[in-house]
Amino acid sequence: MTGAVQVERADVAVVGGGPAGLAAATALRKAGAGKVVVLERESAPGGIPRHARHQGFGLRDLHRSLSGPRYAARWVELAAGAGADLQTETQATGWTDVGELELTSPRGRSLLGARAIVLATGCRERPRAARLVPGARPQGVLTTGALQQLVYLLGESPGRRAVVVGAEHVSFSALLTLGHGGARAVAMVTEHPCHQTFAAFRAGAALRFRTPLLTRTALTAIDGDQRVEEVELTSLDTGRVQRLACDLVIFTADWIPDHELAVLAGAALDPGTRGPAVDSAFHTTRPGLFAAGNVLHGAETADVAALSGRAAAESVSRHLHGDPWPTSRIPIECQAPLHWMTPSAIVAPNAATHPPFRLRAREILGARQVEIGQDGRTLWRGRVKRLLPGRSARLPGGWTGAVDSDGGPIAVHIV
Amino acid sequence: MGGVFDYDVAIVGAGNVGAAIARELARFELKVALIEAGRDVGAGTSKANTAILHTAYDAKPGTLEARLVARGYALLTAYADEVGIPLERTGALLVAWDDEELQRLPAISERAVKNGYDRVRSVGREELYGKEPHLGPGALGALEIPDEHIVCPFTPVLAFATQAVLAGVDLRREERVTEMQRLERGWRLETSRGSLTTQWVANAAGLHSDEVNRLAGHDEFTVTPRRGELIVFDKLSRPLVRHVILRVPTAITKGVLVAPTVFGNVVLGPTAVDIERKDDTSSTAEGLAYLQAQGRRIVPELLAHEITAVYVGLRAATESADYQLWADGGARYACAGGIRSTGLTSSMAIAEHVRDELAAAGLELRERKERLPVVRMPSLGEAQLRPFADSARIAADPEYGRVVCFCERVTRGEIRDAARSPVPPVDLDGLRRRTRALMGRCQGFFCGPSVAAALAERAGLDVAGLQEHPL
Repeated sequence: MTGAVQVERADVAVVGGGPAGLAAATALRKAGAGKVVVLERESAPGGIPRHARHQGFGLRDLHRSLSGPRYAARWVELAAGAGADLQTETQATGWTDVGELELTSPRGRSLLGARAIVLATGCRERPRAARLVPGARPQGVLTTGALQQLVYLLGESPGRRAVVVGAEHVSFSALLTLGHGGARAVAMVTEHPCHQTFAAFRAGAALRFRTPLLTRTALTAIDGDQRVEEVELTSLDTGRVQRLACDLVIFTADWIPDHELAVLAGAALDPGTRGPAVDSAFHTTRPGLFAAGNVLHGAETADVAALSGRAAAESVSRHLHGDPWPTSRIPIECQAPLHWMTPSAIVAPNAATHPPFRLRAREILGARQVEIGQDGRTLWRGRVKRLLPGRSARLPGGWTGAVDSDGGPIAVHIV
Repeated sequence: MGGVFDYDVAIVGAGNVGAAIARELARFELKVALIEAGRDVGAGTSKANTAILHTAYDAKPGTLEARLVARGYALLTAYADEVGIPLERTGALLVAWDDEELQRLPAISERAVKNGYDRVRSVGREELYGKEPHLGPGALGALEIPDEHIVCPFTPVLAFATQAVLAGVDLRREERVTEMQRLERGWRLETSRGSLTTQWVANAAGLHSDEVNRLAGHDEFTVTPRRGELIVFDKLSRPLVRHVILRVPTAITKGVLVAPTVFGNVVLGPTAVDIERKDDTSSTAEGLAYLQAQGRRIVPELLAHEITAVYVGLRAATESADYQLWADGGARYACAGGIRSTGLTSSMAIAEHVRDELAAAGLELRERKERLPVVRMPSLGEAQLRPFADSARIAADPEYGRVVCFCERVTRGEIRDAARSPVPPVDLDGLRRRTRALMGRCQGFFCGPSVAAALAERAGLDVAGLQEHPL
């Protein structure tokens, strides 16, 4: 960095102005936090919902059903109304040695130091390259994220015949976006034995778009010269290969948290979620640094992210009031075929309140008895209705009161 | 010169070699055309190389390639400094993984000396792991090649072309030469866009250099495209690798390397498979699996990182072990064909060589009074001060503070500059090579359409045509 660099101070810096960041900032301001700055790198705050025109946003947090853009606008209103300082076109690009954020905006290069920093940077879908799908590299290969911006922000037509890879919430959202953009999904493929979205969403899409869902099927190659011409689909059960003509391939889901700032800060990542490992009070392993929302795990719906931000705000608030940073944590370990649970540790000594936990499996398991134990002692046992890899099951947090602060790791397994 | 001819020299192919020749000839009183069949300069075989600045320590002694790579190394290093081509002095380690490989190291050192490079040094096991702590287990020792470095694979050709265009070279993109007709004292070239006449032709057509050679009435060699797949890992893996990590070469291949890139990533590759089609830049399941297996041995922790991109390059391999560089004075034709991956390093030396061959064959070279225009290329390297981090620059122009491509921190100011540059991009791939936009981990998830819109707005292009980024 060269030249005179301005240093700003805040009580809380929230990185990311999507649902989680805006909800955290709103709650913090309401709880009496002083200067709360939200850093948003896009030209407008609101995050991913800004690009998702369909209804259904806001059920759990705002208790109503809104379109994505309306939902985003509502959270912007709430945060601004609560007195949060929303800085757009401002990207946090790294850290100084003393833990200030390095910022770039049209106003210049600056540093922001804060008593607490909340990472709410969200997640992204793995693009084609990250999934190592071989074949030609023509135009017409997109993620849902890029597709939605193309259709909703630029009003462009993405193509005509799409193959959608993935069958989760976002995949069905992609179907809607394709419809709005004048394209038709000729197939939806998933390597799993069934889809993982709400039954109603699936049924609605099936009725409206008549897109066949090909389960236990992998997209094994892309072909085309300038533009996508066809894809190769391989059955995981029979090995049968079929080719399907299309001019668009949409890679959906397969989320990866945007964890760059967490890694650069030296915060440990959870090996399961690939997001920063947080304890039940949203502390990362780096003092002063909290994380909330979809940076903690693959995408949940926007309202779940907002609720995560709101819950994290409570803990941030206590930190501002002098609660010491926990010196140790009791890790939560999932046994296969479970994949991860987040938060992935319990604060020790045990804090008073705990948010719900979210649990995912490595494969589609459906309803199972799950047990949480410590040193051979059962802390919680119950039936979990839906154990999936692409969508979390919600577990209550009440059992944490029984955790022995001096005990061993907490084990989560299927009975 | 000139007279009834449209040009004194027409260079066919605007990759590293062709653009370097154009820049070299631009220093003389000549009317030069640089004709490129592709959409852009450096968009063919030049764009997917391993981006290593070679010392020629391992070249076949006595070959033209050995001499020109060594000379090109000196020229390109100085030129990088002059115009701002990203270059990092990492050095290389050639690692022996078994006894047989270990026993072959002395011969490699001896060959380096025969090539005039005497700085190769033997490194013991302990020192090796001290230098590369994340190297996989089982390495027995290594050779250090302290001057084998990493360089930007994209900027050299753009710098050559920019300087050439500013000096008056006529860059003609998207124009394929389809026929060459001998005239009494030159050539008529039929192209996809019409025809032109020129006194001399220089063939720098890369993968297609054998075809152009045949159009010129010659038939000395055939190009067999050799596919090289590369996997680029996320920037967060960069701390794992400090040097270019090489394998002991076999009779068939130099083997797979792991190296940092000047953009702050780590690259793993290349594969080496001869294929049929010169436009088949597909990646293959086998190739990618092979690279992963190699990577798992060389730097196991690398495989835990996210993959940002897969690139596929086609090397212009021929039946000969050496470059095809010569001039036919009678025909007023020079050939610079069969240049493989070392061409990035040797391009400026090849240009000098072609200049001398042309002069010896009768092309009159009179140096211009004015020097080549001064150019300064964009700071794309992680080791350079990039606009987003440059307070003074943002203060002078806030567009350098407006980040559009978040992963790579590319600003609107840089996209505007690229669009206004003497050799502007015509597509998103061209923008990527000029600015790094869309090169990063999200591959357009967050910013693809807005980057396209920013380029379209500045370059007067159509968003619909740019909308999707070929991954």
